[in-house]
Amino acid sequence: MTESLRVTVERQEGFAIVYTEGYINNQGGEEIARVAYQLIDEGRKILLLNLNGTKIVNSIGISILIEIIEKMIEIDGKLGFCNLTATIAKTFEIMGLSQYAQIFPDEAQALAGLRTSA
Amino acid sequence: MTGNAVLREVTLTLPMLPDMEVAASKTATAMAEYMQMTPDRIDEVRMAVIEACINAFEHSHAPDRKVYMTFEVLGGGEPELLRISVRDTGIGFKPAGGRPAPGPGTRIGGTKRGWGLKIIQGLMDSVEIDSNAGGGTTVVMSKRRSAGADSREAGELRR
Repeated sequence: MTESLRVTVERQEGFAIVYTEGYINNQGGEEIARVAYQLIDEGRKILLLNLNGTKIVNSIGISILIEIIEKMIEIDGKLGFCNLTATIAKTFEIMGLSQYAQIFPDEAQALAGLRTSA
Repeated sequence: MTGNAVLREVTLTLPMLPDMEVAASKTATAMAEYMQMTPDRIDEVRMAVIEACINAFEHSHAPDRKVYMTFEVLGGGEPELLRISVRDTGIGFKPAGGRPAPGPGTRIGGTKRGWGLKIIQGLMDSVEIDSNAGGGTTVVMSKRRSAGADSREAGELRR
């Protein structure tokens, strides 16, 4: 049984939106990290992860997201999340992600918030 | 009036293989749906089960490479409480002299890990851990059908 993660990217001037679909486990987290580091290498310092298509995550996957957050802090960039299920939001809260990354209810509010704070 | 009769029980033996935690989460979802938990509470149970399985997969070093799970719906006529037991036959951890449980933020394999128990405790209504050096670990976690049922029913169920 494999629940693979599908990642798609929308590139815009200076920032990018990463859409996920499926389970964020260790492989899923690594795929997101691969895409995020590629976007950083392209010069994008603002990333938004839209988790609308993700209903389950695990702590290994989230640990990898924390590494991406640390990388964004290192380069003085910003990483935001939007469209989280209530349980994923609660899990992020438990793991302290909300201290270092902004969490928005939807994409429109996320884009407005991330651009304002940039 | 509540009770603690077992209204429905499912047992599951999982091999410690990639993504097997998802199979366990599907059983948990089916049991929680049978109880008519709200979607958010079902999601919380599902996530807690995933974490409990991953903990066993990663840290137990169980020689049989298996996790033994029991899902029980308890109540007095109506389903009131979902109790899930996750048992491994691994090396166990403290306080009985085994390995220490990795705490939140512990670096394992390059990433900050050790959040499993904290997540389970945050998502479930109650969690009990029984672990002995060399004797394996059993995590028993429970969630009431609704948040409104709360401590009154939990108290009755403990009697």
